[in-house]
Amino acid sequence: MNTDLILDIASGICLILGAVMSLAAAIGLIRFPDLLSRMHAATKPQVFGLLLLLTGLGLQLRSWAMVPVLLLAWLFQLLTVPVSAHMVGRSGYRTKHLRKETLTEDDLDAVVQKAAADEALRSEEAPDRQ
Amino acid sequence: MSRVSKRPRIPFLTELPLLIWLVLLWGTLWQDFSAGNLLFGAIISVVVVNLFYLPPVELGGRLNLAAGALFAAKFVYHVAVASFQVLWLAVATGPRIRNAVLAVKLRTHSDLILTATGHAISLIPGSLVVDVDRSCSTLYLHCLNINGPQDAQAFRAQVLRIEADLIRVCGNREELALVRAENHGQEDRLTARGGGGQP
Repeated sequence: MNTDLILDIASGICLILGAVMSLAAAIGLIRFPDLLSRMHAATKPQVFGLLLLLTGLGLQLRSWAMVPVLLLAWLFQLLTVPVSAHMVGRSGYRTKHLRKETLTEDDLDAVVQKAAADEALRSEEAPDRQ
Repeated sequence: MSRVSKRPRIPFLTELPLLIWLVLLWGTLWQDFSAGNLLFGAIISVVVVNLFYLPPVELGGRLNLAAGALFAAKFVYHVAVASFQVLWLAVATGPRIRNAVLAVKLRTHSDLILTATGHAISLIPGSLVVDVDRSCSTLYLHCLNINGPQDAQAFRAQVLRIEADLIRVCGNREELALVRAENHGQEDRLTARGGGGQP
């Protein structure tokens, strides 16, 4: 077996699996019931999917000069995905775009209620607590 | 511009990691790591860092590259496994999925470890950071497929394990001592990890 063939097969497998991860995102978007669980499907499988696609690309290009560029593309994805997911998730939670009945446990609910109550109290009285 | 003059001067050593990263980024984007290009990149980095002021990141004062490599490998493994789990949940469970918003209190008080833990756990499919309480370093996470208290407990343990790994990579000495002390209590049972985290 020559190495070229093996590398071609490996990169083919990587590309197909990467595409399957995008499919997972699409299925998740349709199937999951509320905003927050859809966020999981929409953002997360791409992290692994993009890694596989970039690996497949790297195996095809076979040039060491491209490796840092591909790595950088993945790193920037890693840096930006949680930020966007967090922003959408946080505002989604605060604006009640989630279905409470899908949650088995909600530790944040009490905190948010308390913060809202404190805020109301503070606007009524003199600001004696920080 | 009175705010400009009030900025505290950042020591050069604190800025150094950022400068090195920017120089490497410059070299990568040009795909040219020759000395002249890197020198030019260094000049641009210094200008950029001084022009666009960022609050300094407080580092823990240590960096363990071996632990870092181990963490990176574990991280990619977790991401791979969890990606397939989310795929399976989307196909099989779909609308009947049960989730939870869990509060996880971390050991650390450093912003860097808190952010890195939140980032890592966000990148692993099935969990996302909804809110952060910086003053008591608590992460509020939305997690997929939590069907009861056992699942919630297992998830919290996973977050704390990731935090412990990150502390081993770049946490400060007090936090590292804390993690080691915890491990001596626990790893008598979990011998499979072979005393990981020894110096």
